[in-house]
Amino acid sequence: MSDLRELYQEIILEHSKQPRNYRALAAANHKAEGYNPLCGDHFTVYLNLEGDTIRDVSFEGSGCAISKASASMMTQALKGKSRADAEKLFEKFHKLVTGHAESNGTEALGKLAAFSGVSEFPVRVKCATLAWHTLQAALKDQQEPVSTE
Amino acid sequence: MNTASQVVTGSLPPLASRASAFDVERVRRDFAILHQKINGKPLVYLDNAATAQKPESVLRTVDKYYREYNSNIHRGVHYLSERATQAYEQARQAAQRFINAGDPSEVIFVRGTTEAINLVAQTYGRKHIGAGDEIIISAMEHHSGIVPWQIVCQEKGAKLCVIPINDQGEILLEEYERLLGPKTKFVSLVHVSNVLGTINPVREVVEMAHRRGIPVMLDGAQAAPHVKVDVRGLDCDFYAFSSHKLYGPTGEGVLYGKAKLLEAMPPYQGGGDMISSVTFEKTTYNKLPHKFEAGTPNIAGAIGLGAAIQYLNEFDWQQVEAHERDILNYATERVARVPGVRLIGTAREKTAVLSFVMEGIHPHDIGTILDQEGIAVRTGHHCAQPLMQRFAIPATARASFGLYNTRTDVDALVAGLHKVLEVFQ
Repeated sequence: MSDLRELYQEIILEHSKQPRNYRALAAANHKAEGYNPLCGDHFTVYLNLEGDTIRDVSFEGSGCAISKASASMMTQALKGKSRADAEKLFEKFHKLVTGHAESNGTEALGKLAAFSGVSEFPVRVKCATLAWHTLQAALKDQQEPVSTE
Repeated sequence: MNTASQVVTGSLPPLASRASAFDVERVRRDFAILHQKINGKPLVYLDNAATAQKPESVLRTVDKYYREYNSNIHRGVHYLSERATQAYEQARQAAQRFINAGDPSEVIFVRGTTEAINLVAQTYGRKHIGAGDEIIISAMEHHSGIVPWQIVCQEKGAKLCVIPINDQGEILLEEYERLLGPKTKFVSLVHVSNVLGTINPVREVVEMAHRRGIPVMLDGAQAAPHVKVDVRGLDCDFYAFSSHKLYGPTGEGVLYGKAKLLEAMPPYQGGGDMISSVTFEKTTYNKLPHKFEAGTPNIAGAIGLGAAIQYLNEFDWQQVEAHERDILNYATERVARVPGVRLIGTAREKTAVLSFVMEGIHPHDIGTILDQEGIAVRTGHHCAQPLMQRFAIPATARASFGLYNTRTDVDALVAGLHKVLEVFQ
């Protein structure tokens, strides 16, 4: 049960049940779709990018608790960040969930550090990172849906 | 070379009969893999519809082949080759009897059910289906029962027609009747659904098609391990099943076809073993079944399948069915009572599959939490995306049972589902 509690931390469950920024963004100037057909996880990430700054970010769609909470907490973490900061944050997040986090690397992640338990569940990494890959696709205006499967 | 029929003269030795009552604990002793711990908990294997575990006798048979008489078949005059050929052809006879086919030449060894359907689509289908023709499948097909026919439809300009199902997961025979028409050239459907567990009324399906002279293929991947298959009784034109779901090795399966149809079909793949003679000008194809078995086949797989069938033959089939029915009924009743659970697939005629979703909890999360409890279930769309759309769900969790599962396994599943609720409360 301890590994499970690590994976399904209170904050993750809470975000999966009540996701933040869960809506289509009328002012979006970038968006992309993420789809893991084997799981059925399916999200759209919307971005309002002003110059190099993420003014607003939102998402909608459906998926497991991990993927939904990850998307929700990602949108919270990204508001007001620059493109480069967003990329850096993803890099740190990716290291965290794949078990390669540097000892001083989790501080910058803030609440996102709650996803550290994912590293004990390699098959769930694709869930935790789907929204982030979708964000990258949105930044690049990629037309094709992205997948982490 | 065509030596198979000369070598195959012996029949299988009489089978030792098991004790009259079905003893599941004794069965479990035949499956060493079941007796291990996963995440510190005893393994509860409920993913039999994906693949079944292999009894000791199958493992020993495959091992013995490689250790004692590994050799290529149908071509050597040496001792090992003759022995391998004999074992391979005896496996074919075992498969023939298992599904009550009329002749071993109607049993073609393939890689599995998927290849069997592709074989029929690419040979019979491409030869007989043309522009404007229609192929009928059902709404509960596995992707392997959809895509091979879509490929033919795209190439030929034919149309795929789908028999709808009701909310319980039963096909609507009156809708099927309406779909059958002058343009219908083929019917292909699952005998048993891998998601819903529905046992389709395949005898009626075949009869209704035959009244119009339309051939029918049945996908028996999920049926062969659980219900007695009688291809002559069903009068189906083609029947397919996989070894690995039948307690045999992976990479092996059977396509049954009526000899008359198989003979008229063009070959599937060209190569060695499927020919009688080759010159650069002309090739004469080998007779059935070798015409459809180009190249060195999965010899160990076929021999292993033969051993799996022999293993199953030792049971009274009615007892196996009764045991699995008991497990399914018990599981249905208990799982349905877990708060928030909705069963997907509640047909009157069902076999050992229990698909479900839980209110507000994604199947993937269910799967992870059950795995922590040592319980193996499948989560996802189960290669049946159109069926998921039919029920408006992205995925299900699926527990599927085999002859070694017990009520204790079901109790563990139910306890695991309560753990899921606890995590997500």
